[in-house]
Amino acid sequence: MTRALLPLLGVTVAVLFAASLMIGPAGLAPVQALSALIRGDALAETLVMREIRLPRAILAVLVGAALGLAGAALQGYLRNPLAEPGLIGVSGSAALGAVLALQSGFAALHVLALPGAALLGAVLAVLVILALAGPRGGSITLILAGIAVSALAGALTSLVLNLSPNPFAASEIVFWMMGSLQDRSMTHVWLAVPFIALGAMVLLAQGRKFDALTLGEDAAASMGVHLGRLRLALVLGVASMVGAATAVAGAIGFVGLVVPHILRPLVGAQPSRLLPASALGGAVLVLMADIAVRVILPTRDLKLGVLTAIVGAPLFLHLIYKTRAQGL
Amino acid sequence: MSGLALTDFSVARGPCDVLQGLSLQLGAGECVGLLGPNGAGKTTLMRAALGLMAHRGGSSLSALPLAERAKTVAWLPQAREIAWPVTVETLIALGRLPHLGAGMKPGAQDQAAIDSAISRMGLEAFRTRVATQLSGGEQARVLIARALAQDTPMLMVDEPAAGLDPAHQITLMEVLAAEARAGRMVLGSMHDLGLAARYCTRVVVLWRGGIAADGPPAQVLTPELLARVFQIRAHIADGPDGPILQPVGVV
Repeated sequence: MTRALLPLLGVTVAVLFAASLMIGPAGLAPVQALSALIRGDALAETLVMREIRLPRAILAVLVGAALGLAGAALQGYLRNPLAEPGLIGVSGSAALGAVLALQSGFAALHVLALPGAALLGAVLAVLVILALAGPRGGSITLILAGIAVSALAGALTSLVLNLSPNPFAASEIVFWMMGSLQDRSMTHVWLAVPFIALGAMVLLAQGRKFDALTLGEDAAASMGVHLGRLRLALVLGVASMVGAATAVAGAIGFVGLVVPHILRPLVGAQPSRLLPASALGGAVLVLMADIAVRVILPTRDLKLGVLTAIVGAPLFLHLIYKTRAQGL
Repeated sequence: MSGLALTDFSVARGPCDVLQGLSLQLGAGECVGLLGPNGAGKTTLMRAALGLMAHRGGSSLSALPLAERAKTVAWLPQAREIAWPVTVETLIALGRLPHLGAGMKPGAQDQAAIDSAISRMGLEAFRTRVATQLSGGEQARVLIARALAQDTPMLMVDEPAAGLDPAHQITLMEVLAAEARAGRMVLGSMHDLGLAARYCTRVVVLWRGGIAADGPPAQVLTPELLARVFQIRAHIADGPDGPILQPVGVV
């Protein structure tokens, strides 16, 4: 089971990716859709496939992998199964950047203005967190700094909504914060790819150090893990991935929390093996959710983030109940 | 490099120095018991010597680069932390991490070190058990095996016998003494003076920020020192299996 897990998840991602390409309001037949995508011989269909469905499916994979991997890395570093990417304040700050762009009208200037502002918010959050947590601080200072930054970003976001003179802008902000992959273009893909790829490379390289941390910070340090450097890599990797994901898709919760939790028993609880599995698992979950929002309420524009939260929160409650039952 | 050298070594915790200007030389083949009442600075001395805490003065270990230090000394912290429900063998295999290059998989030599650590701590039956589901004493033995699997010339252990039953305390001390006889340096803090008297080749007594006594147990653990540092009276005798030291009352 454990050995076959990665190939199994990989195949599932591929199948769901194909399914995501074939489902949509344009009502193309699957064969017709794929031929339009690959050969590009039918004008309208090709446009739908290449400009609407392909970027949407690619972003679902990217965003899911980013959230899953970032969640697994944070849980590994903090040795806490309840950690998630939102915890270090990156998603909240990215959302604040996006909200400011929407409110000020900056977002209307260019297609990249909104995700760019969100990314800038994420980067600023990282700098503040690193400054707050200091060079030698442990994981507790990191959590505290993250909570403080999260709270501040949340308060400022509320302030923007509170003072918004324009109800349209306010509702646009609220809808953006719910998280969605609708109407994204290849431009969004190209914006997200470098950050997510970079973050993934940084985080995947830390696998063994997270393994060593199973024994605590002291034992890990004595086994040659440079804790300060690991923390820097973690914060930069998570911020790069989650910042980019939030920038293109809005706030999508629970993926980073639930995916590592579900997959942990299947990899023998080893943090290093959980990293790639969670990346694929996150892609599976977001692809499934993004297909579900199109199938369940095709006419009502159900938001992806709303769906993941509605499915994720009860699952999370179940996990807490199970953890309590185990007496941990 | 198979010894520990501390020179003019001071460690501050908050505004006051916990350890002040002490010097210590420990060499290969020594099984050293680090003794002292609560708060004497046993853990602080070992952590700072390893470079895990800020200190002033010289330590031959904290001066080493991180990767080299991990191949020189294995460290068993006092807090028995096992964060994830991994199997016993996986946990013990973590001790091999310092010996693996980037992307390298554990080889035959690593497996041999892991197997040897498992058999020395008598954990064969636990190999595939989930470590977090074991009892406290069993977890302690698993973590000691992890440190043994690191297979370093030096071994530093913080209260290794805490939480172990009498049989496993004796087995553990025999393992540590055997490590020292095999040419390694073993330094362990402990509260059981009887175990220290029987198994250590040398004891270092920490008291009031400095070294109160240092030498073979028979010479160091005198009624006068026990009364002055530990505030106890003890029954001290030579038995058929070695020295016996049994605390019997408080001074």
